[in-house]
Amino acid sequence: MTKKLKIVVLAKQVPDTRNVGKNAMTPEGTVNRAALPAIFNPEDMNALEQALRIKDKNPGTEVILLTMGPARAAEIIREGLFRGADGGVLLSDRKFAGSDTLATSYALSQAVKKLNPDLILAGRQAIDGDTAQVGPQVAEKLNMPQVTYAEQILEINDNNIVIRRRLERGIEVVTSPLPLLVTVHATAAPCRPRNAKFLMKYKSARTVTEDSTVSGPMQITEWGAANIGGDDQSFGLSGSPTKVKKVENIVFQAKEAKRLTSSDADIDSLISELFTNHTIG
Amino acid sequence: MNNIIVFCETDNGKLCDVSLELLTKGRALAQTLKCDLEALLIGFNVENLAKELYSYGAKKVHLADNPKLEFFRTLPYAAITIALFKEEKPQIALFGATSIGRDLAPRVSSALHSGLTADCTSLEIGDHQDAKGNKWENLLYQIRPAFGGNIIATIVNPEHRPQMATVREGVMKKEPLAQPVEGCINRIDTSKVLMDTDFVVSIIERQIEEKKIDIKSSQIIVAGGYGVGSKENFKLIFDLAKVLGAEVGASRAAVDAGFVEHERQVGQTGVTVRPKLFISVGISGQIQHTAGMDQSSMIISINSDPDAPIHQIADYAIIGDLNEVIPKMIASYKKHSK
Ligand SMILES: Cc1cc2nc3c(=O)[nH]c(=O)nc-3n(C[C@H](O)[C@H](O)[C@H](O)COP(=O)(O)OP(=O)(O)OC[C@H]3O[C@@H](n4cnc5c(N)ncnc54)[C@H](O)[C@@H]3O)c2cc1C
Ligand SMILES: Nc1ncnc2c1ncn2[C@@H]1O[C@H](COP(=O)(O)O)[C@@H](O)[C@H]1O
Repeated sequence: MTKKLKIVVLAKQVPDTRNVGKNAMTPEGTVNRAALPAIFNPEDMNALEQALRIKDKNPGTEVILLTMGPARAAEIIREGLFRGADGGVLLSDRKFAGSDTLATSYALSQAVKKLNPDLILAGRQAIDGDTAQVGPQVAEKLNMPQVTYAEQILEINDNNIVIRRRLERGIEVVTSPLPLLVTVHATAAPCRPRNAKFLMKYKSARTVTEDSTVSGPMQITEWGAANIGGDDQSFGLSGSPTKVKKVENIVFQAKEAKRLTSSDADIDSLISELFTNHTIG
Repeated sequence: MNNIIVFCETDNGKLCDVSLELLTKGRALAQTLKCDLEALLIGFNVENLAKELYSYGAKKVHLADNPKLEFFRTLPYAAITIALFKEEKPQIALFGATSIGRDLAPRVSSALHSGLTADCTSLEIGDHQDAKGNKWENLLYQIRPAFGGNIIATIVNPEHRPQMATVREGVMKKEPLAQPVEGCINRIDTSKVLMDTDFVVSIIERQIEEKKIDIKSSQIIVAGGYGVGSKENFKLIFDLAKVLGAEVGASRAAVDAGFVEHERQVGQTGVTVRPKLFISVGISGQIQHTAGMDQSSMIISINSDPDAPIHQIADYAIIGDLNEVIPKMIASYKKHSK
C-alpha cells in the first residue's frame, strides 16, 4: 500500500428495538420510544471494525464516521472515536426531517462527495427499519459499485479490494476496484472495545450544537444542508417518495390460549375444530 | 405499459419459490388493477423457464440471457432492470427479499427515484388521501412490520413509479394456474444495455450449498424440541407431519442433540417461518426460538410443563405428554378426514 486511504463509515444511532422489554411498553401495549436506549446500530459497529482493521495494517489510513440524525447522534461519533476512528461528521438539519431511505441516501451521498473517500463502509441494515437500502442507494448516487453483506475484507491495496460475502447458503469472494461502497454483515468480526487512551483524548469532543465553546481538534464537524450542496427539494420529506399512510402498534398481550389436556375428548375436539376452520384437511 | 413486473430469481437453473409466490400475488394485484402481469428473467440458459412463468400468469417474460449473467452481480443486473423499467414504465415492481433482491432493488429504486418498501408482509390495492387533500386511486399498500416488529406500517408511494416492494420467501402463497396463460418473450438486447464498466466487480470464488430441506414455504410445520427425547422418538414428529402434509421443524436444542438436521432449526439462528399452523412439541419457548415462529397464524403447543413459556404465545396449549398426545392427534385426524 503506498497511498494513504480515506475510509468513511456510515453509522446510525437507533433505538434498541431488540430489547423492547416490559418497561418499554406502555400500559396500552404500545412502544414507549423514550424508554428505549439509543445505540450505535450493531452492524455499523461491524463496519467500523473492518475499517479499523485496515487502519491497523496500513498506518496513515484515516477513518471518518458519518452520521445523519438529531444533535444527540453525536454520541455515536464519540463512541467511534473512543474505539479508534480519526474523526466524525454529524449531518443535522431540520430540512432532513422526515427522510425515507432515498432522501437519507441523497443527503449522505452529498456529504460523502465532500469527504471524497476511497472506501465507504456501511452496516448491512439498521435495526429500526431493517431495510438494508441506504448502503446500495448511496452507492448508486455516487455512481460507484457496491458489495453487500461483507463478512471480511481479505485484502486491500491502492486500487483494489478483495471481500468475502455472506449469502443465504454460502459465501462468495469478490474483487472490485476502488472507490467502492461495502455493506458489512453481522457475521463479520465484532467491534473492538473502547480504548482507554482514546477515551481520555476524546471525552470532551463536542459538536457546536452540544457546546459552542469547544473549538479546535475537539470539535466534531457538524454540517447542515447548506454545507453539502445539492437540491433542497431532494432532502427530507419532499425528497421522499414513500409516505407512511398508517401505523398500527402491535399490542403486546399474552394471547389467551385455550388450555387443553391430553384427554381423548380434548384432542378430538381440537382436531375437529381445525377441520372446521380449514386450518387442516 | 403500466403493468406489474416481478423480478424472477433463479437458483441452479430453477425458479426460486419466492418469485413464484410474488407472481401469484402479482396476478391477483393485476386483476384488481386490470393490467397485465409480467416477469423479468435474467441469467444464462434460462429461456426454458418461461413456460413455468406463463403457468403463474406472466403474460410477457422480459428475458436477458447472456453467459456473463450466469451469476448475480449488482451492476449488470441493475443496468438491465433500470433500462427495462424506463422503457416499460411498470406501475408496480416486486422483488424477493433475498440477498439478491435486497441488493438489487434499492439500487434500482435510487436510479429511478422511486420509493421502495422492504420486507412487506402484505400487499393490497387501495386509495389514499394526503394531509393536503390530494387523492390517489389504486395505490399499492405496502404493509410491513417496523421498529423491530413492534409496529405495523402501511406505506404508499403516490407520485413515483414503479411502486417497489420486496417480500420474504414464504410470506405469500404460491399457486400455479390450472391453465397457463398464453405468454410471449421479449428478448432484451443486452449488448445495447451493458457496458464494460458494469463488470468491474468479479466473482473469484463461490461456495453455495444446495438447499436440501425447505421448511420455510410449508403451510403447516410440526416442530420438535429437546423434550422429544431422542432421534428415534422424533419419528413421532415425522409421523404427525406426514398425516398433516407438514414439514418438520426443530429447536436448537433438538438440533444440537443431533435429533435432526440444522436446516430444520427455527429461530434467531435458524429460519423464520410464518405458516398457517405451527405445532410446537416438547419445546420450552425461549425468545430466540419464538422469534422465528411467533408470526405463525395459529400456534398449538404441546408441553407437559404448564408453565412453559411456549404456552403463552399459543392459541391452543395442550398440557400433556407428547408421547401420549401425538398418537391421539394422528388417530383423531384419521377419523375426521374420512
Ligand atoms: C444467541 C442464541 C441464539 C439462539 N438461537 C436459537 C434458535 O435459532 N432456535 C432455537 O430453537 N433456539 C435458539 N437458541 C437456544 C434457546 O435459547 C433455547 O435454549 C432452545 O430453544 C431450547 O430448546 P428446547 O425448547 O427444545 O429445549 P428445552 O429448553 O430443554 O425444553 C424442552 C421442553 O420439552 C418439554 N418436555 C419434556 N418432555 C416432554 C414430554 N414428554 N412431553 C411434552 N413436553 C415435554 C419440557 O417441559 C421443556 O419445556 C439460541 C440461544 C442463543 C443464546
Ligand atoms: N441516518 C444515517 N446516518 C448514517 N448512516 C446511515 C443512516 N441511515 C442508514 N445508514 C447506513 O445505512 C445502513 C443501512 O440502513 P437501512 O437502510 O436504514 O437499513 C446502516 O447500517 C448505516 O450504515
